[in-house]
Amino acid sequence: MPQAREQNDRTVRELVEDFLYQEAALLDQWRLDEWLALFTSDGRYFVPTTDLPNGDPKTDLVFIDDDMVRLRARVERLKSRHGHREYPSSRTRRFITNIIIKVTEDGMVVTSSFLIYRFRLGESSPYVGWYEHKLKQADGQLKIHHRKAVLDMEALSEHGAVSIIL
Amino acid sequence: MLDLDRMIIDKPADGIFRIHRSAMTSPEILQMEQERIFNKSWLYVCHESEVENPGDYRRRNVAGRPLFFVRGNDGKVRVFLNTCTHRGALICRHDQGHADVLQCFYHAWSFNNHGDLVGVPDEAGYGHSFNKAAMGLKSPPRVENYRGFIFVSFNPDVEDLVGYLAGAREYLDLVVDQAEHGMRIIAGSNRYSIKANWKLLVENSLDGYHVKPTHKSYFDYVTGLGVKSGAVQTAFSRPARVLGNGHAVEEHDGVRGRPIARWSPLFGEENKEEIAAIRARLVRKFGEQRAHLMTDISRNLLVYPNLLIIDSIDITVRIFWPITPDLMDVTAWQLAPREEKPELPRRRLDNFLTFHGPGGFATPDDVEAIESCQAGYKAEGVEWSELSRGMHREAIAEDELQLRAFWRQWYGHMSGLGKVETNDPIIRQTVALAR
Repeated sequence: MPQAREQNDRTVRELVEDFLYQEAALLDQWRLDEWLALFTSDGRYFVPTTDLPNGDPKTDLVFIDDDMVRLRARVERLKSRHGHREYPSSRTRRFITNIIIKVTEDGMVVTSSFLIYRFRLGESSPYVGWYEHKLKQADGQLKIHHRKAVLDMEALSEHGAVSIIL
Repeated sequence: MLDLDRMIIDKPADGIFRIHRSAMTSPEILQMEQERIFNKSWLYVCHESEVENPGDYRRRNVAGRPLFFVRGNDGKVRVFLNTCTHRGALICRHDQGHADVLQCFYHAWSFNNHGDLVGVPDEAGYGHSFNKAAMGLKSPPRVENYRGFIFVSFNPDVEDLVGYLAGAREYLDLVVDQAEHGMRIIAGSNRYSIKANWKLLVENSLDGYHVKPTHKSYFDYVTGLGVKSGAVQTAFSRPARVLGNGHAVEEHDGVRGRPIARWSPLFGEENKEEIAAIRARLVRKFGEQRAHLMTDISRNLLVYPNLLIIDSIDITVRIFWPITPDLMDVTAWQLAPREEKPELPRRRLDNFLTFHGPGGFATPDDVEAIESCQAGYKAEGVEWSELSRGMHREAIAEDELQLRAFWRQWYGHMSGLGKVETNDPIIRQTVALAR
């Protein structure tokens, strides 16, 4: 993406890594409104089930398939005291590695590996998997158009839920 | 020493119903449940649509036992114990697949998809007592299919499935009859664990009382989408029903529409006609009253001991197995009519995702609630849980009658009384337990 190189003379890789790390920091710090602002207005967030990682939300059962209306509602719920699974909030720490960037006509497709530790009520449970971010320029900024989190675990056997934003 | 008579206090005349909390924490109780409930009852395995074509198979654990089911080349779905008749290795080592012949990788014995032993390498190594015809894969002692729902029992003497289902049969029919060409399980399942006793999920799934306080954020969300908040307030005032043999149902008015067959603005104008046509077909076929039950009323149905069918905007099939007294494994699927055009299953899935899924806006809070109960039991000083709500009146869905029906049958099995009458809304049946 040519514009990317022009911004502060940074390479596309530096730009993307920085974006993913900043995104992870917003989630780990529960700055969820700022995180929401990273999405385009037609953004989507999607998590397939553990037994069907290639599941299509149009026809298959998935864990999460949020358009911006539902994603905003998810964030509101997580911020309220009525989202009981996350009230009090868990502590999380996200590690993102193995970043592969593919530049496309209207942006880029970035895949990465994640390891998210969640600590709450004396227990810890890691979510392990990979992301697919489809990023594009909007309003002069890099924005998330599509965000998929695919879990490698065979079941949510430690977690009981996908209660945090992966 | 375990004293079962100290597990339940059931005194209808005094309006008292209590469960001793050790029922949720004791390893001895779980061991007894395995022997007296899970080894004696009918247990749900699968829906026949999960193996559509001859040779399709899937494996599944039922009451801790590895099983698999396969559609034979003759079209019949069979359930087998997943163990080689030779030395015991698992035969089916993939979660799902397709095979004409299933071969054990250990010594390469092979079985056709009817379970017959068809290949033994170097068979001449066995003597004249070796009876290949008797060495086919073994099925659980009883396997029966009720309108697509396949159950097994490890108890050869268990009554027929239809008799066992008792009043739950009528409610299964209400689900199955919604489809003109049968139901199917949608691809993808939810597998998660809950750090709580399995009976707490039975209670939670039948409990209308918790819905408004626990799921406030869900109702805020749907109210924000345009559902009238008054609908939520009155939804759980229908009479409660128990269905015999420990089965029970919690019925409520649907607060949102249903693809079968009650249109809601949430489904989009483009689907209005289709949904009206489905409703008209159901009225023609089943009459106004039954069509009303199928389309307007939502329900959570417990098929004792551990199958939940949530017949709501979506149809959720949920099964859960105890692992330890304070841990269970849950699996949930979506059921939909085969003929439904693509946009309507999407609406079902939407509801599942916003409510019933582990990434939804309600189920994670149920998980939190029952884990919280389990954690609270560690305080020990409070011995009893209180389940008497509605005993003094004709119970409604927000009462605890459904929970008592489960617990009475649980006690019947655990104590050796066997089948107890749980069908009376208020008084009669509990005399047997009061002793």
